[in-house]
Amino acid sequence: MSELASPSSAVRTGTLEIRSLTTAYGPVTALDAVDITAERGKVTAVLGANGAGKSTLLRTISGLVRPEAGQVLLDGTDLTRAPAEAIARAGIAHVPEGRGVITELTVEENLRLGALLGSSRRRAGSMPQSDRAGRSLAQVYEMFPPLAERRRRDAHVLSGGERQMLVIGRALLSGPDVLLLDEPSLGLAPRIVAQIFGLLRDLVDSDGVTVLLVEQNARSALSIADVGIVLNLGRVVARDSAAALAADDGLRHAYLGF
Amino acid sequence: MQQFLNVTLTGLGQGAVYAAFALALVLIWRSTRIVNFAQGAMAMFTTYLALTVIEGGQSYWVGLAVALVAGLVLGAVVERLVIRPVEGGPELNAVIVTLGLFVALQALAAILFGSTFRSFPAPFDLRGFSVGGINVAFTANSIYTIGAVVVVMVALVALFRFTDLGLKMRAAAFSQEVSRLLGVPVGRMLTLGWALAAVVGSLSGLLIAGGSLVFPAYMDAVIVYGFVAAVLGGLDSPGGAVVGGLTIGLLLSYVSGYLGSELVALAALAILVAVLLVRPQGLFARTAARRV
Repeated sequence: MSELASPSSAVRTGTLEIRSLTTAYGPVTALDAVDITAERGKVTAVLGANGAGKSTLLRTISGLVRPEAGQVLLDGTDLTRAPAEAIARAGIAHVPEGRGVITELTVEENLRLGALLGSSRRRAGSMPQSDRAGRSLAQVYEMFPPLAERRRRDAHVLSGGERQMLVIGRALLSGPDVLLLDEPSLGLAPRIVAQIFGLLRDLVDSDGVTVLLVEQNARSALSIADVGIVLNLGRVVARDSAAALAADDGLRHAYLGF
Repeated sequence: MQQFLNVTLTGLGQGAVYAAFALALVLIWRSTRIVNFAQGAMAMFTTYLALTVIEGGQSYWVGLAVALVAGLVLGAVVERLVIRPVEGGPELNAVIVTLGLFVALQALAAILFGSTFRSFPAPFDLRGFSVGGINVAFTANSIYTIGAVVVVMVALVALFRFTDLGLKMRAAAFSQEVSRLLGVPVGRMLTLGWALAAVVGSLSGLLIAGGSLVFPAYMDAVIVYGFVAAVLGGLDSPGGAVVGGLTIGLLLSYVSGYLGSELVALAALAILVAVLLVRPQGLFARTAARRV
């Protein structure tokens, strides 16, 4: 555990490296030798249609699904076979789509779970001290006023957008090096999507978090991403700067549908 | 009037024990979706351990401590060695396994401790208080029984509501996947949940035994009534388990006091059927909202 949490002398940059990752559900190969590097302070957007393997990618990185082959490295530390809870403690915060809110707990209890992870990471010395020491509960409430208003309510009263705020705020409280975001725009009104994406971009710029963003909503995702990667049937079919991808008409029509 | 008072007080004492037992069932159901049919057998076993210690010359309180610690260990061991391997499979598997454990523990107890009736001491006086020259069926021992259950309930509420550990345990019970993503060691929380449930179960076994007779099957009736209490309160609700336990204790005591003790088991069955027909999710469950 501890060698996972604190790589001996490596400089902590929060670089997430995925090397020829292959994941299969029985006979179905969901990810086929995927290589992705997500750099610190950058938003890497993974795009693709339903069934392209986007969610599987995140679930494999965060340890919920075991890969057949390949490696997941955080700053050079191999996390491939570690259990999900150890990966979370190592600083990779997976924000699952929609259902990531524990609806039976109150808003504040949900947030406290993130803060507990943060303090255990701080105790283990695996959280960067200076720039990204993790947000405080007060800061998260300041960032998302609707959460502050409903802090004592059960989380199931929250709307879709508020739930998304809750899971993002909860992840921030754990002071992650890497944020894995699964379809943060799913089922949200365009205005809320713009708001949440804008906020993400600000966070990356101010805190230097590494963000790996998985999205079907390619247009919005590319608008805040630095790098874009297109997955199709489990394989990487395109990889370029976000601006170049958005400008590539052929690719957009073929894989991204806009 | 005097009879009503007596019957009510007896019912409260019994109900407190059913409540503790139902609470043990609920704790396990909530975290693992398993009805632990072995709960009674586990409690019986730890009560026998306490009896062995007490008959060896130790005080009742040493016996109590031994039973609770043994319950803690037994609960953790059962979860790790017996339940963990069948978890994630069809739900029926785990249920059959707990039934098997129930039979096995009862047989083991008969081999180790004998199958004869043995009397279990009560820590306090078993004679009723005398109020204004009238003897009421409320003894120092029933105060102890109710008090012990209340202390355990308050401790559990405090644990779950106000501590970080309790929050993690609740999170692990409600959503294993999200909890793991938040760094909660879900496996350890489940083991702890079983251990705590077994402690509460052990306490109920010990309280029922106090001033009465133990034999390997003495918990069987409590299992049935505790189960009815848990269903009445809603298997998901610890508060419901307590209210359900007290309600069942009172109802059965009235049936026994006014209609005849031979009807108690039948009444329990009638209550169970009525609850399942009218409000299958129990009086206090919130599951209806969750199943959408």
